[in-house]
Amino acid sequence: MRNYLLPDFLVRAGDGCTGCGRCVRECSFHVLEMAGGRPKANHARCVACRRCVTFCPTGALRVLANDTAYRQNPYWPAWLRQDLMRQAQTGGMLLAGSGNDLPYSSLWDHLLLDASQVTNPSIDPLREPMEVITFLGRKPSELSVSVAEDGELCLDTEVPPQLRLELPIVFGAMSLGAVNLNVHRILAAAARDAGTLWNCGEGGLHEELYEYGENTIVQVASGRFGVHTRYLEQAAAIEIKMGQGAKPGIGGHLPGEKVTSDIASTRMIPEGADALSPAPHHDIYSIEDLAQLIGALKQATHDSKPIGVKIAAVHHVAAIASGAVRAGADFLTIDGFRGGTGAAPKVIRNHVGIPIELALAAVDDRLRQEGIRNQVTLIASGGIRCSADMVKAVALGADAVAIGTAALVSLGCTLCQACHTGRCAWGITTQEASLSARQDVAEGTERLANLLHAWDAELKEMLGALGINAVESLRGNRERLRALGVDAEALSILGVQTAGRE
Amino acid sequence: MTANERHQYVASGCATGGILSETGDVVPGQRIADLMAAMHERSNGLGGGFAGYGIYPEMADYYAFHVMYDRDDYRAEVERLLAAATFLVRSERVYTRATRGIGPAPEMWRYFLQVPPASLDGLDEQDYVVRLVMRINRELRGSWVVSCGKNMGVFKGVGYPEDIANFFRLEDYRGYQWIAHGRFPTNTVAWWGGAHPFSLLDWAIVHNGEISSYGINRRYVEMYGYNCTLRTDTEVLVYLVDLLIRRQKLPWRLLYAVLAPPFWEQIERMTQPGKRRLYTAVRQVYGSAMANGPFSLIIAHSGGMIGLADRAKLRPLVAARVGDVFLLASEESAIRCVAPAPDAIWSPKAGFPAEGVLRQREAAA
Repeated sequence: MRNYLLPDFLVRAGDGCTGCGRCVRECSFHVLEMAGGRPKANHARCVACRRCVTFCPTGALRVLANDTAYRQNPYWPAWLRQDLMRQAQTGGMLLAGSGNDLPYSSLWDHLLLDASQVTNPSIDPLREPMEVITFLGRKPSELSVSVAEDGELCLDTEVPPQLRLELPIVFGAMSLGAVNLNVHRILAAAARDAGTLWNCGEGGLHEELYEYGENTIVQVASGRFGVHTRYLEQAAAIEIKMGQGAKPGIGGHLPGEKVTSDIASTRMIPEGADALSPAPHHDIYSIEDLAQLIGALKQATHDSKPIGVKIAAVHHVAAIASGAVRAGADFLTIDGFRGGTGAAPKVIRNHVGIPIELALAAVDDRLRQEGIRNQVTLIASGGIRCSADMVKAVALGADAVAIGTAALVSLGCTLCQACHTGRCAWGITTQEASLSARQDVAEGTERLANLLHAWDAELKEMLGALGINAVESLRGNRERLRALGVDAEALSILGVQTAGRE
Repeated sequence: MTANERHQYVASGCATGGILSETGDVVPGQRIADLMAAMHERSNGLGGGFAGYGIYPEMADYYAFHVMYDRDDYRAEVERLLAAATFLVRSERVYTRATRGIGPAPEMWRYFLQVPPASLDGLDEQDYVVRLVMRINRELRGSWVVSCGKNMGVFKGVGYPEDIANFFRLEDYRGYQWIAHGRFPTNTVAWWGGAHPFSLLDWAIVHNGEISSYGINRRYVEMYGYNCTLRTDTEVLVYLVDLLIRRQKLPWRLLYAVLAPPFWEQIERMTQPGKRRLYTAVRQVYGSAMANGPFSLIIAHSGGMIGLADRAKLRPLVAARVGDVFLLASEESAIRCVAPAPDAIWSPKAGFPAEGVLRQREAAA
């Protein structure tokens, strides 16, 4: 069949090119080859990952959008016309990596923060204490104490296990398979450096990383990959993955060619075999089944650690969240429709689920109405891009946020959306040894730790401006948010007033 | 009131003061008015108020509801509800006098009532009263219960505190304890219900400062059935005290640790592991109840009063003793105005309370 598709991008070597061939070696998509001492491009293969451009020693290379015009038609955008042709040529469902890239409006960008003026002195975090420590775990609704003979107070309430996070950010779940072992090493080490948690995702945990157990959330997902006693025991917390924001209602498929020996042994499957995560858990057909699994995991770990549930943000997210909390979840990750993925059907990624802003607000409200908000730690994820998004999420009601895509961007990811091809030139979502080696563990750890350090500093600066010296006073404090250009219905769900209201 | 109005609140500056006779002797209302007058410049005429304890000794067994009506014809609905839900023994207008500086005032009524045990239906009597008050403030048009405790009452409005004292003829009341407030709200919305003290059951609070955590404090107490309807951040403090002290029965020192908790750094330095564990748990469990922002406040109840400042002490508070009289004020000058030679006078440290305790309750009755 003839190919009607034009390349999306054009690669051009300019005058400064010395013909060193570095770009050819860097490109993992086989776009470039040397011809006559100059790089020659097969433009159609280019995904605009910018690897070649970044590493061109003379800065001679450019990746340009192919500006060959389509007749302008907002109802039939260029990408849609391309996708139709692609489907006509392959007959297949289109796959995509990374997150939903359609221009739905982002509510984060319509929310504004308050600051102190006169009546409440703002606080300089460089001079004054500024507390952002956050605890993950179920909290009792009240404490009971007794007075000892010496007059000292004695705590009678047994507080369930709490994990201390030095800042309200954890890393989102990314499985071994979706990303490679070097990325797992980086996430684990950075989490330890920063005093927070990373999440090994649904593909098990490599033995080598058991030493990071205190900083590790392990997942139990529909495929049950790599789940065994030691896996559960070494972890700080366990998360039952019911859904993922990028592909609610959909399972996963790790193709056999990505199942290397490390992945095979970690997932406990044969090398080269496809790893299929079913869409539902085959032992969870309703909420009472979820309660049983939570109970089983608590029993298996002797009530020693928080057990959480991750759900995708969908229309009934508030009711589902309430059910999960009543089923015993100690923490709840709500993953919005902007969340990333290693691979998902593009139509699902782009059209299923709802924004985390609304989901989070609805869940926090619902749990409060039911008087059970204290029982659970809420983690918001799926499209947290910067510290401002995090601060707004906390103000809407999140205890902490989880970041995945933002963390990968700090490691070099440019959101070229080719994760599912396994050819990641930045060495993140590939299992090919020569490419994975591009992620230097020491440097990557430093990058990630730096990112968290920067967000921590920005969080403290924003809290200081708000005149608040502890993050728990921002949590759920929607009074300090105002909205700009948000319709009345969304305002009422967010529980936020429009800018200009007292 | 619309949902939007309900979320509005007014941050404030202010003067606070309190006088307690720890032996239960009479403190004339005029004395607290004099103490407040000394701090005239801390207010701007947009709010003043007083809470007196021991002022209704002959009706001490009855809840004294002080109710403010935006219009007199709103009164019938509340009185119908009170007549149906309580055993109402006396209804009377709160007497006032025309006072220069006091503008149009709402209708002020006072009701003495008991809760018939048959109406409780398993509910705690005080919880029943709280529900009744919440219902009136939330649902009944233009009607505000400003206090509902026994043998105590709140007198407040828009004006300088000394003018409010004159308006309510405070010199006619004899109590053993008074707290008072002069308001300097930071925007021009001034209304009678928004003046301090804020009160529920036996509690009354006056507050200088801003509760920057109000948004979450309000949502926290809403989980326990308290509705913030009075558009001022201080209101939420009363509900926090009622929830934590009366309902959850936390000891007072833990209440202070909830409102103005020790910093993590201080908790880590605690040498006894049990204490460290306790204060860690307090912060884990009651984070949403922390009062964050600059404040000094006076919490009064029939057994005494407490002065407390925020954990960075960004607002002033001075405590003093003269014989058996315990005094609190925003400024030392105010204390010296009514007690020129105190036996002791001090500034409580950040997060540490200054406590006055009524030693002989029976003397007050």
